[in-house]
Amino acid sequence: MNPLNRLRETWRPDQVFDLVQPTPTFDKSLDTKHGPILYVEDVSVSFDGFKALNNLNLYIDDGELRCIIGPNGAGKTTMMDVITGKTKPDSGSVYFGQRINLLKLSEHAIARGGIGRKFQKPTIFEALSVFENLELATASNKHVWYTLNHHLSGEQRDRIDEVLTQIGLTNHYQQEAGALSHGQKQWLEIGMLLVQNPRVLLVDEPVAGMTGEEVEHTAQLLTSLKGRHSVIVVEHDMAFVRSIANKVTVLHQGSVLAEGSMDQVQSDPRVVEVYLGE
Amino acid sequence: MNPLCRITPRHTLPAVLLWLTCLLPLHANAQTTDSAPEETPSTAAAEAQQPTFEQLVQQLAGGSLRDRAATVNQLSSQSDERLADVFNALVAGDLLANKDKPPVIAIRDGERLTDALSGADLTGTQRLRRIPVNNSLRTQLRGQVAQLNLNHPNTDKRYAAVERFIRDGVDDETAALLRAHQQVEDSGRVQDAITTALAVYQLQSDDRAIRLAAIDELSGSLEQEARNALRGIAENDADAELRSAAAEAIESIQSRISFYRFVENLFFGLSLGSVLLLAAIGLAITFGVMGVINMAHGELIMIGAYTTWGVQVLFPDLIEWSLLIAVPAAFLITALVGIAIERGVIRFLYGRPLETLLATFGLSLVLQQAVRTLFSPLNRSVSSPEWISGTLSINPVLSITYTRLYILIFGLMVFFALMLVMKRTTLGLKVRAVSQNRAMARAVGVRSSWVDALTFGLGSGVAGVAGVALSQLTNVGPNLGQAYIIDSFMVVVFGGVGNLWGTLVSAMSLGLINNFLEPYAGAMLAKVLVLIMLILFIQKKPKGLFPQKGRAAAD
Amino acid sequence: MLTQRLLLSDRGGMLVLGLVVLMAIIVPICNLAVPGDSPLHVSNFTVGLLGKFLCFALLALSVDLIWGYAGILSLGHGAFFTLGGYGMGMYLMRQIGDRGVYGHPELMDFMVVLNWQELPWYWQGFDMFWFAMLMVLLVPGLLALAFGWLAFRSRVTGVYFAIITQALTYALMLAFFRNEMGFGGNNGLNDFKEILGFDLAAQATRVGLFIASAIALVLGYLACRYIVTSRAGRVIVSIRDAESRTRFCGYQVESYKLWLFVFSAMLAAVAGALYVPQVGIINPGEFAPLNSIEMVVWVATGGRGTLFGAIVGAFSVNYAKTFFTTYSPETWLFILGGLFVLVTLLLPKGIVGLFDRFRRKGEK
Repeated sequence: MNPLNRLRETWRPDQVFDLVQPTPTFDKSLDTKHGPILYVEDVSVSFDGFKALNNLNLYIDDGELRCIIGPNGAGKTTMMDVITGKTKPDSGSVYFGQRINLLKLSEHAIARGGIGRKFQKPTIFEALSVFENLELATASNKHVWYTLNHHLSGEQRDRIDEVLTQIGLTNHYQQEAGALSHGQKQWLEIGMLLVQNPRVLLVDEPVAGMTGEEVEHTAQLLTSLKGRHSVIVVEHDMAFVRSIANKVTVLHQGSVLAEGSMDQVQSDPRVVEVYLGE
Repeated sequence: MNPLCRITPRHTLPAVLLWLTCLLPLHANAQTTDSAPEETPSTAAAEAQQPTFEQLVQQLAGGSLRDRAATVNQLSSQSDERLADVFNALVAGDLLANKDKPPVIAIRDGERLTDALSGADLTGTQRLRRIPVNNSLRTQLRGQVAQLNLNHPNTDKRYAAVERFIRDGVDDETAALLRAHQQVEDSGRVQDAITTALAVYQLQSDDRAIRLAAIDELSGSLEQEARNALRGIAENDADAELRSAAAEAIESIQSRISFYRFVENLFFGLSLGSVLLLAAIGLAITFGVMGVINMAHGELIMIGAYTTWGVQVLFPDLIEWSLLIAVPAAFLITALVGIAIERGVIRFLYGRPLETLLATFGLSLVLQQAVRTLFSPLNRSVSSPEWISGTLSINPVLSITYTRLYILIFGLMVFFALMLVMKRTTLGLKVRAVSQNRAMARAVGVRSSWVDALTFGLGSGVAGVAGVALSQLTNVGPNLGQAYIIDSFMVVVFGGVGNLWGTLVSAMSLGLINNFLEPYAGAMLAKVLVLIMLILFIQKKPKGLFPQKGRAAAD
Repeated sequence: MLTQRLLLSDRGGMLVLGLVVLMAIIVPICNLAVPGDSPLHVSNFTVGLLGKFLCFALLALSVDLIWGYAGILSLGHGAFFTLGGYGMGMYLMRQIGDRGVYGHPELMDFMVVLNWQELPWYWQGFDMFWFAMLMVLLVPGLLALAFGWLAFRSRVTGVYFAIITQALTYALMLAFFRNEMGFGGNNGLNDFKEILGFDLAAQATRVGLFIASAIALVLGYLACRYIVTSRAGRVIVSIRDAESRTRFCGYQVESYKLWLFVFSAMLAAVAGALYVPQVGIINPGEFAPLNSIEMVVWVATGGRGTLFGAIVGAFSVNYAKTFFTTYSPETWLFILGGLFVLVTLLLPKGIVGLFDRFRRKGEK
């Protein structure tokens, strides 16, 4: 890089933060040639003596749909917090592809880099319309000075339309998001992840509180994402998990208890013990 | 011993009061000496044969010098409070009498004349003339006076007597007197002063060894006179060895002085900390435990201070008792005001902290203006009971005002009482339950709205109690509360919200930091620096010194 | 396109701006051209008062931008306002020259009293108007940048932010009260003579300042409109409503908050700079925490989250303040305090929200 460019880079108005405290970005390209897209290795997190995660090891393949189950307090949400940068672990490493160290990145950088997250409780911008919700989430330059005078390109509009069809909200795009039904809010949130074109989607309890029909629709939506995105679903609803997953991971007390197909996992005596008790 | 202590109906008063009352005997000395003169007439009546003290004093006015010496001898066997004053005046030529029968005996103190017997002020010319004394009588009297003062039952008086010896210079006779008294003296402070006095006397000795020993003795003394005497030797004495010894002694004294200055600073810091603690502890409950921002907290403190004033106005005869009455009264009044605020405003705003902040700020303005309109925009004067005024001098360089000492103790008492309430009572348990999980607490049958009101009342009541304490330190006026609100919030946030121990530590450390910065930066700048430091600290550790940890805290 | 975005879609704003512009035209005419005995004459006092209100309206805009839109309650905006005021005050002081009481060609009167020999370094350059105006923007801007950077980076939010901003303005107040700071201590800066060569005592200059304030308010309003209608504006509202979601959408929440805070601080500083020559004094009392909270109440009363609501609030509350402090000073604090409580309990959207409610009822 020649000095002039470097200077220009340094003085980019949105880079003031980086000037004082450099935050690494996704400078290296994503490398998944060995298969997994997400490496979670030996991760431990403890809150005040309570071990939420205990030497957790988890590998997610590129394009895979993985379901994660486990009783309450097994560390499912904490695991998501660690991957998305909300919680920094006490030890262990988390890599995105083979070269990108997620532990050094902040939440927004991880989100920009291609890891989207849906929360347990649907969190959407209730005051904005469905379309504006998606517009905000759309992948583009998200720096302050850029957004001050930015309009959507035709390409981005197309992508939003595409996602609207995918989540089945085309007819509602002008509606205020707060007025949507519970299920629609969940889909809108998934849609907001999709317009970011993420490589990995973390979906926390997508069907909680949904009607049977809505659950079915959600299952279709998630399975249709397989291949194009890696999807990690945390869910309690066993029927739902069975309907979408080919590979299931069981978490217990902060580490992996069992892994495999739904049938394999369900016949594992340790899993039965954890779920049913002695 | 203490009249207050005896009649206090302890069992009916709250624990706080009880504690306070028990502290009173610390001042017992001052109280007993006051009552002594009243007993004299009855004793005098019992021994009617002997001339009374009054008669003897009146005898001083007439007769020859020889008669006077005899009277003095008779008087010196009397154990009367007034004797020392009479003798002192006589030596100094300040004892006056006229030619009445019986004569009026007066003591002159500068321009002022008081009756030697009744202690009443005398005005007008009563043709008073000095009672003459000669040298031999004067010498006799000096010894008597010194003896009298040295045997005074009050430690402070004895100490003052020794101090006077040091100041006036010690001669052979007084040295002997002091040596004799040293055997029977039981106060360490007076003992030390006597040692110093003797050492100062020995400095004038001809024997070099004795002088060296005296210098050695003085090297630990904190008396101003000891330092002066040593300085005189260090600068002027012909003997080099003595000079250097004296210089060394001065140096060691200086280091001791700076140590006591440090202790004094420490005390003032803690005392400031206790004021902060008192102001903030109520907030630690309402903000820390309930999460409610109460900007009217300062005004609740103000109401507490006004309650003290009100008690003193209503019961002007009970000034000594006023604080003890004001503490529960202020607690009740401010707790009721607090509950009214909670029921009237805050309960509609739970979960909207910023709105709560604004609404309670509005209330603070209303309360301030209400006080201004009801009473006056001017400061009210709150008087201090006698037992809380005065100073406790530990040594010549270290003295502590009782007000500050009591407020420090009181602050800690309030803190531990509150701690006890939170940890050991059902209310405390319910409060903690509601603060951790409102829905769950409600589900197990806690009336959360009731608990909210009571908690808020408790926090407000403590603010009122703090107001009583603050009324002894600062001006009581409508703006009293404003001065403390920002500091109190800082204390709570610095200590870590929801942590009472954190509040204690942060209040004390802020007090200390402020106090130690002050000599270098000045009062104003010290405050600014502490604020800036706090602002930076909160940026660094937003959850305070002792953050709540765990899953619940993360959400 | 831009007009559409800034004005046409904002009916209430157009109305309020229209009134401001109208006022800026009519008031000067009625003051200078209409003879004093005519019923249409606007007194000098009224011009001064309205000029003050215009500055307060600009200040209210800055508070609304950060509180109404980003949900960040700053109780320290009075600090930025006052710092801006001091910047202007320093320029005005330097213009006094040797006309001070002590007639010193360079030093201010209070410096002569303190027995200072030379001008402190931070007073250098303030004799130039452009430099002073640059400092009016830069000093509060940099303070906001440093303070906001520290606060937002460590995720200090909500009441904590409110409390530390209050502590900030309190600390500044204590600091400026000190004579050694070199800003006139207790008395502050006053006794100004002229601005840009115009006599401050002349009515024409006062009218000029009035018009300048109106222009600043209109420009400030349009700038705020530009921000809140942009995509950045939507991001800011999203941060207010669902901060975590916004962060996981890939927005660097801290830097949005920071730049908005800095802009808002500069806006407040401009208001302060325009305020000082109109009232003729600036002193540390302006830093008082009460002032900063009062600004928040203007916005709350007018209606937070709508820019014109802030202007409506600033005018109505300040009008009430002038009215009551003149006719019944005892009651003013009761009313102000009551306003705090009433607005938060009953009118969360302020006057503007009240009108909206009536209009909707009418439509039904």
